[in-house]
Amino acid sequence: MTTIAQPIPITRPTVARAMLALTARDLRVMRRALLMNIVRIVLQPLLFVFVFAYVLPEIGAAPGGSGLSTIMIPGLVGSTMIMQSMASIVFPLVMELAGPGAIEDRVLAPLPVHLIAVQRIVTAMIEGLFAGILVFPVALFVHSGGQQPAVDSRNWPLLVVVMLAGALLSASLGMFLGATINPRQVQVLFTLVMFPAMMLGCVYFTWASLAGVRWLQIAVLINPMVYLDEGLRAALTPQVGHLATWAFLLVLVGGAALFTWLSIRLFVRRVTK
Amino acid sequence: MNEQEDDLAILADGLRKTYSGPPGDIPAVRRIDLDVGRGEFFGLLGPNGAGKSTTIGMLTTLVRPTGGRATVCGVDVVDRPVEVKRRIGVVAQQDTLDPELTVEENLEFRGRYFGMTSRDARRRAGELLEFFGLTDRRRARVFELSGGQSRRAVLGRALIHRPDVLFLDEPTAGLDPQSRINLWELINGLQADGQTILLTTHYMEEAESLCERIAVIDHGVVLACDTVKGLKETAGAETVITVTYDGQPFDVDRLSRRYGVNRVEATEHQVRVFTNIADGVLGELAALATEAGATITDATQLRPSLETAFLTLTGREYRE
Repeated sequence: MTTIAQPIPITRPTVARAMLALTARDLRVMRRALLMNIVRIVLQPLLFVFVFAYVLPEIGAAPGGSGLSTIMIPGLVGSTMIMQSMASIVFPLVMELAGPGAIEDRVLAPLPVHLIAVQRIVTAMIEGLFAGILVFPVALFVHSGGQQPAVDSRNWPLLVVVMLAGALLSASLGMFLGATINPRQVQVLFTLVMFPAMMLGCVYFTWASLAGVRWLQIAVLINPMVYLDEGLRAALTPQVGHLATWAFLLVLVGGAALFTWLSIRLFVRRVTK
Repeated sequence: MNEQEDDLAILADGLRKTYSGPPGDIPAVRRIDLDVGRGEFFGLLGPNGAGKSTTIGMLTTLVRPTGGRATVCGVDVVDRPVEVKRRIGVVAQQDTLDPELTVEENLEFRGRYFGMTSRDARRRAGELLEFFGLTDRRRARVFELSGGQSRRAVLGRALIHRPDVLFLDEPTAGLDPQSRINLWELINGLQADGQTILLTTHYMEEAESLCERIAVIDHGVVLACDTVKGLKETAGAETVITVTYDGQPFDVDRLSRRYGVNRVEATEHQVRVFTNIADGVLGELAALATEAGATITDATQLRPSLETAFLTLTGREYRE
């Protein structure tokens, strides 16, 4: 066997090819458990719309009309996007950084370490956007009679900007947290941080409607999910009222830029000793 | 970069690494100078904690040197890490296979990271899996592999893009003897094909049977660098003969005056002779014992080895 070590040039390595190949690897892994992933992504929002937009109005425990299902559409899309992007980067990254040598597989790929971080963020964005788009029809079609949500898709450029900035913000936040915490803290993160963030993230109510509880209305502003959900509200259901456009755009775009920069720096520091 | 460096597969010049941590600065590598030619099989031998893995880390761009410089195929590891990564294959000490992928996919995607089309990568993966006897395990998940299979898969993956230099960091650590011998044969085959290899090991036997040239490292410094034969000749060139016996202690003065004998150590029930000329020493020792009415119960003769060399170089017993 003499062909194994002979240096026959059959590769044309470029940084772009390496990034594409790493993304292809991530998509292969995602595709392998596709059905399970879809169920995982859709189940929680499906149960929410089923209970709040179908069961409760049917049994007379909630007001009828299209109010709640209209409010929940942007909320569920936004919260699912954040949860999915963050989960897709936090769990694997924490494990790879904890185990000796596990990260080396990627770090030895022929591209600069900071681009390895960028590629990771891109994968998490893809997963987040996929999850958000998957949830949209669920929130749109599951409701009891007369509860048809009112969606206005004319402002699609704003929708695109909010979706992309929101996906980047969640992915980079996920990378930042994944490179900061240790495996034992992951559980804590999801029960103590993500669950409250979701309950108080203006998913099931609008920010404006919190005016009656003024301290809470101000307190929830530290929650990034509020800005994504309100941004989607501005793009999809502007008639229900939303946070000022400059406010959510500033936080989404500014936060995405800040955390992308911070998380890449942190990742590079963690993997180069 | 000058022409001479370009001809070298690996060059390290005063390479240094200090980890700064809460307990204070820890010097992992104090000063490493190396030059490895193309096609050479070079070994870094030293006990655990000697600085071998940190040295490999710096040469493979994973660890940032604190001082000194290093090149791989003439390319500086700090200034142009991506080009270095394109030229090297690395088998790390720990298992670094991607657990989310099958064995075949591990090789295939690694090939694609290096710019191969997926068809070329799959074909090359097939060749390598066959060479390493893993064809029937190609669809297995990583956790289903035995220790030896997993090492061969990592080795195959490291070779997928035909690297100029192959780094093997303790490749047989934790393997059973049969798998170790099997891996040695495969590695020897690669070397015969002209593959440049840098191997680290704390097994003397491994360094001795595989490497052409060895740098002995301890406490982050190269103590000696030579061929196996050269190391044995310059240091620890003695044969050690040990005899254990029953009966009264006997006089060994005659033996220490013998030509070639450097030292005789006599303790109760045991005599140890350090000599450059071993022929006839054992016979004379036996004769002395018989004259004194003692019965020899055990006799061993240790040929000059890296172990005696390490003892002479460091003044310490080799700790594996």
